[in-house]
Amino acid sequence: MSILVIAEHDNAHLSAVTRNAVAAAVAIGGEVHVLVAGSNAQAVADQAAQLASVAKVLLADGPALADGLAENISAQVLALADGYSHILFAATAAGKNVAPRVAAKLDVAQISDIVAVESADTFVRPIYAGNALATVQCGDPKKVLTVRTTAFDPVADHGGSAAVETVAAVADSGLSSFVGRELARSDRPELTAASVVVSGGRGLGSAENFKILDPLADKLGAALGASRAAVDAGYAPNDWQVGQTGKIVAPQLYVAVGISGAIQHLAGMKDSKVIVAINKDAEAPIFGVADYGLVADLFEAVPELAKAL
Amino acid sequence: MKVLVPVKRVVDFNVKVRVKSDHTGVDVANVKMSMNPFDEIAIEEAVRLKEKGAATEVVAISCGVAQCQETLRTALAIGADRGVLVQTDVELQPLAVAKLLAAIARKEAPQLVILGKQAIDDDANQTGQMLAALLDWPQATNASKIDIQGDRAQVTREVDGGLETVSLALPAVITTDLRLNEPRYVTLPNIMKAKKKPMETVSPADLGVDPAPRLKTLKVSEPAARSAGVIVPDVAALVDKLKNEAKVV
Repeated sequence: MSILVIAEHDNAHLSAVTRNAVAAAVAIGGEVHVLVAGSNAQAVADQAAQLASVAKVLLADGPALADGLAENISAQVLALADGYSHILFAATAAGKNVAPRVAAKLDVAQISDIVAVESADTFVRPIYAGNALATVQCGDPKKVLTVRTTAFDPVADHGGSAAVETVAAVADSGLSSFVGRELARSDRPELTAASVVVSGGRGLGSAENFKILDPLADKLGAALGASRAAVDAGYAPNDWQVGQTGKIVAPQLYVAVGISGAIQHLAGMKDSKVIVAINKDAEAPIFGVADYGLVADLFEAVPELAKAL
Repeated sequence: MKVLVPVKRVVDFNVKVRVKSDHTGVDVANVKMSMNPFDEIAIEEAVRLKEKGAATEVVAISCGVAQCQETLRTALAIGADRGVLVQTDVELQPLAVAKLLAAIARKEAPQLVILGKQAIDDDANQTGQMLAALLDWPQATNASKIDIQGDRAQVTREVDGGLETVSLALPAVITTDLRLNEPRYVTLPNIMKAKKKPMETVSPADLGVDPAPRLKTLKVSEPAARSAGVIVPDVAALVDKLKNEAKVV
């Protein structure tokens, strides 16, 4: 039984989430191969070859694979699917874009966002914004899975010495083309990979006021996040959203500032190791999940906290 | 240009679901059901395309039990022209829904299918992509902007770390993210009008699709509850706890 893990990358760097997906593959058991589908992506393949527990890296390198178009990436995965019992993706925007396409073409179910492996055909996944956990068994011949990365400790990024094998890259589907990308440039750590996250909610009151979180995030080396309410109100960019339909994070420390704690927000952060809530409303549901709650005016408490750290 | 919009009937987003004591599922008896919020955004977008003159007809489709008619009526009240109910009591999983929708798409020959990126009950985020694959159509998931330009659609997508724009040859499948639009409020006159709009009912067998589930749910359980911690009196106490008790700073 061999398992294929689809690497996530930008043609230069292997994304850390791939290490979590490899860890899920290790939990299933079997020989783990990693597919790097990209353009001029030899460096990514070399990084993937260093990962612990990886037996082989497949490099599909071609212009059609440069920008992660779902039509082309899924065709590439399907071209290699024959030899594998399981095909795994990280449950990221990129992974979720491609995995269902692969599953549908194979006429098999896809299992989203697995948080635990019970056996080679049985997995646990959250439903209803994480308010319930379903244990599901898949009878299909191949299992196509996306992996909730926060649920699996990453394999080491060194120590492996897998061989890199070049495979034929697929041609462009002609169905879609890449136009452009606007990625937020930030010196802060990436939200889903950060060990500390400082998030703001509607309590901040404006985009201008959100800046009050900067000194605290600087002190903690934290990524910045936001509740859906704050994003909807235009206080913070879309890709900061933590929650059921935004990012799922599980840092060592999560500081929720002016966030009431709607179910859909809790779904995105309740697996954090330590949760701190700062809110002036003592009845806010966020205090029900916080390890440390501070009932205070955030405009006084946040600068004071930044100074005290 | 014809636009198909699949809509799903789900437990209302305000309801906190409870796991049944026998662990067979969540208790959905007597809870409020609504249209999946992302599908509401999809209907709104399709209706706006029609209002702008880019679309000529908006067809809403729902797959599931007879009560999905109510969800379709909501879609019609927002402004869809007609509804199709694929009625079945079988538990429908994303692959089965995608097959049902693909069968309808082959019959209706739309230029565009717009649907929610995920349903808030199973949180699968699969149906749109599966539908696109089955039809061999291009896809754009998590759309925050849709621009129809002749026989192509330019779509801005929300991705990790920012935005990405792709251009799709029509026909295509687009799934909606939260920021695509804000659905209108449904007015009483439009609810009344919706009652007169045509609605057709078909069965999976009519469409030649076997909707049997592929995944067997062995157990549904509650996640480990997180216990509430302590309320600290001031910032100094908080810093002390973080340093000396939690040891995270």
